[in-house]
Amino acid sequence: MKWVGRSVSKIDGVAIATGKPLYTEDLTVPGTLVVKLLRSPHAFARIKSIDVAAAKQMVGVECVLTHQDVPQVRFTKAGQSFPEPSPYDRLILDPIVRYVGDEVAIVAAVDEKTALAALDLIKVEYEVFEPVLDLSSAIDHPSVVHPETDLHCNFPIGLEQQRNIASSHTVEVGDLAAELALCDVVVEETYKTQAQAQAMMETFRSFTYLDQAGRLVVISSTQIPFHVRRQLARALQIPATRIRVIKPRIGGGFGAKQTGVCEVYPAIVTLKTGKPAKVVYERKETFIASNSRHATEFKVRMGASHDGIIRAIEIVGLSDTGAYGEHAPTVFAVIGDKTMPLYNKTKAIRYQGHAVYTNKLPGGALRGYGATQGTFVQESTVNKLAAELGIDPTEIRLKNLIRETETSLYYKGKKLGSSSLHRCIETGKSMIGWDAKFPRIEQGSKVRGVGMAVTMQGSGIANIDTASAEIRLNDDGFYTVLVGSTDMGTGSDTILLQMAADVLNADMDQFIINAADTDVSPFDPGSYASSTTYVTGMAVKKAAEELRCKILEQAAKVLQAPADQLELSGEQCVDPASGKTVSVASIAAAAVVGPDHRQLSAYATFGSPVSPPPFVAGFAEVEVDKETGKVTLLDFVAVVDCGTVINPALARVQTEGGIVQGIGMALFEDVQYDKKGNLQSNSFMTYKIPGRSDVGIVRVAFEESYEPTGPFGAKSVGEVVINTPAPAIVAAIYNAVGVQISELPVTPEKVFKGMQQKS
Amino acid sequence: MKLELLINQKIYALDVAPDEMLADTLRSKGFLSIRKGCDTSCCGLCTVWIDGKPVLSCTMLSFRVAGKAITTIEGIQPEAEKFARILAAEGSEQCGFCSPGFIMTVIAMKNELKNPTEQDIQHYLAGNLCRCTGYMGQMRAIKTYLRGEVQ
Ligand code: FES
Ligand code: FES
Repeated sequence: MKWVGRSVSKIDGVAIATGKPLYTEDLTVPGTLVVKLLRSPHAFARIKSIDVAAAKQMVGVECVLTHQDVPQVRFTKAGQSFPEPSPYDRLILDPIVRYVGDEVAIVAAVDEKTALAALDLIKVEYEVFEPVLDLSSAIDHPSVVHPETDLHCNFPIGLEQQRNIASSHTVEVGDLAAELALCDVVVEETYKTQAQAQAMMETFRSFTYLDQAGRLVVISSTQIPFHVRRQLARALQIPATRIRVIKPRIGGGFGAKQTGVCEVYPAIVTLKTGKPAKVVYERKETFIASNSRHATEFKVRMGASHDGIIRAIEIVGLSDTGAYGEHAPTVFAVIGDKTMPLYNKTKAIRYQGHAVYTNKLPGGALRGYGATQGTFVQESTVNKLAAELGIDPTEIRLKNLIRETETSLYYKGKKLGSSSLHRCIETGKSMIGWDAKFPRIEQGSKVRGVGMAVTMQGSGIANIDTASAEIRLNDDGFYTVLVGSTDMGTGSDTILLQMAADVLNADMDQFIINAADTDVSPFDPGSYASSTTYVTGMAVKKAAEELRCKILEQAAKVLQAPADQLELSGEQCVDPASGKTVSVASIAAAAVVGPDHRQLSAYATFGSPVSPPPFVAGFAEVEVDKETGKVTLLDFVAVVDCGTVINPALARVQTEGGIVQGIGMALFEDVQYDKKGNLQSNSFMTYKIPGRSDVGIVRVAFEESYEPTGPFGAKSVGEVVINTPAPAIVAAIYNAVGVQISELPVTPEKVFKGMQQKS
Repeated sequence: MKLELLINQKIYALDVAPDEMLADTLRSKGFLSIRKGCDTSCCGLCTVWIDGKPVLSCTMLSFRVAGKAITTIEGIQPEAEKFARILAAEGSEQCGFCSPGFIMTVIAMKNELKNPTEQDIQHYLAGNLCRCTGYMGQMRAIKTYLRGEVQ
């Protein structure tokens, strides 16, 4: 039986699509308290006084908490393996509020109406400070976003509190100035990328209660159950043994839920009241008071010889981590890590800059995790360089990109295990009709242009991400797979079973999967950093292989033949020599009856010293209206190297979805603050995500490679697919009308202005 | 206020607040397929049928639909499953959170429009957002469904 490589439907697909009650809010019980949060109206202020007496007296209000009622130990909400690189710069409730939307008080009541009414009764006096609202002037601003003395870093990240610097980062190889001086052409450009919102359809929500042993149970829409357990233990100052985190079905995450945004609020209510409690964020809260992609500003310099060999790249700039430093150092690092290795003919590179604190919505994880920003700035510059040199953008890439078994300055001698990126470019070129369309086709007042970009990501975090899997042979002869990864709609539960079923040569119906419950599941960091297929997948494969051996060892005893001569075929173990068989079911049954037996199970852990990059070549065809500046995306082609494709239908939809999110970032998703620091793009009216008629046609193809360190040759696909739309679309616009957009998103006004400046 | 609602062909005697929205009434009665994705009538997650036509239950006052036939996806499971299987074969129910509202709109469209073009389909479904799938797979599934192919 072969499961890997087949478009198996997701095991939970029909149930979730037809509306079965499987998500966090569906699992609440009658009598669950409703938690609401009072949020700061000021971007930066100190709470002088807070009067909750009237709110507490209201009938139906069970609990009102302010900064005086919560533990005073700082923690981070970033979901990362311990020791987390993100600074511990949060309190559950802090007397200082650092952005509009920061939590001021927690109210729990018998229903939503009462909780909202109670919020209105809380009187707060603020001492308002001058906020830091501009990324470029945040460093050494007179206002210090984090003046507190108890902020803690687990290890040095280049944090300089008094200067509003959350983290600092430098990677430098070779003599950049000398190499740039030797180049025939040097191009330079400054870019800005916006704080894109994840905008998953299920907003943040958690439900908490105490179990029969008085332990805190947290059912949460999260990507990171184990990290949430550790965070809550620290924030609430209770032992982790008293906490259980369960992830049910979740309505999307895209990184937003790699931060423990909301769990702590119902959790503290449940601890204080002993009652079940839930919090369900409104869409507006989700926009203004959670996290987003880090906004960035970068200057790029790139030098090449006249034949188009890229010799030197410098990327220098800032990212905006907002009010808290969640994912600040790591996103900043990834911007360089997952872009600069692509161009490995370089003799010198420098990537340098800071993540800075401002009084805005905190930064966080969003699909791509910095690689998206890095790809935009680097690929846009490569396109500019190609134009300057008069070389076709696809040719300059074919000349310069890293190939299998090669290394790059960034890799410090490590070699690239798998890549079909050059093939991806060739395939994409022919799919979009590049040679006939590049650079433009004029049609009266409309011009069509094509543009392209390439990208890489990782598969898990090298030397950090480690996942475990256990597979049990049950008494009835079927298998249970236990993992801690968190399927957030991607279908990872299904593809992990495809892998296990392949190894054990069994029908997928013979498997059940349990994920994720910190009381039951083996440790897994969670689903982020494109890790599940590669890291958890490898753990599952190893566990399945071990269990296979164990089953055959038992069969060998029964069949009186050497184990290595036997085959596991479906429900039977077969001795090809004698033709004798014994069923897996009978081995399973025998293992759980009588003395001196042992139930068959296997446990495996996998962590990788490398993070093999998947690749995408993305091609856009746009039509620009010369009279209005309006850009219509006609066609987007993405050719993907994710190693072996485990499930083509799921990989395809992942790609289509990622491309469309990237299109949103390129063309629609505009983040607007007013002068006081209010995030104005706080609904789907004011923050437009792509609708079904906005995206033209998206076409996807796979160019498989074989990753030697991955399960069945697989790498990741979840994140890499979001990176190419912005630079490819911007390049297509440039090729159509000669306007270089360096600030996202592209709007008709920017294109129109650019055209006017040119003429 | 006291009223009777006809939900999935059963009569419910209810006491609802005058400002209570149908989405909340339905969830409180256990129709947990009803999901909300926004507070501005933009996402379509909360779509139900009123007399067979798709309506956003998040902004429909409960008392206004007294006397009308309310249908949620719980009330049309066999047909919903038929389409859901096609959707799942495409992998286009990713997180699935948007799917019930989306499926309600698709089936209403099938009942209402004869041989819709791709543009008609996009137009009919314009109010149903999905952040996961990028819409292409949903369109493939709709076309298969409309062709009446059995999965
Ligand atoms: S909840 Fe978004 S339209 Fe009803
Ligand atoms: S499948 Fe997740 S929002 Fe549509």
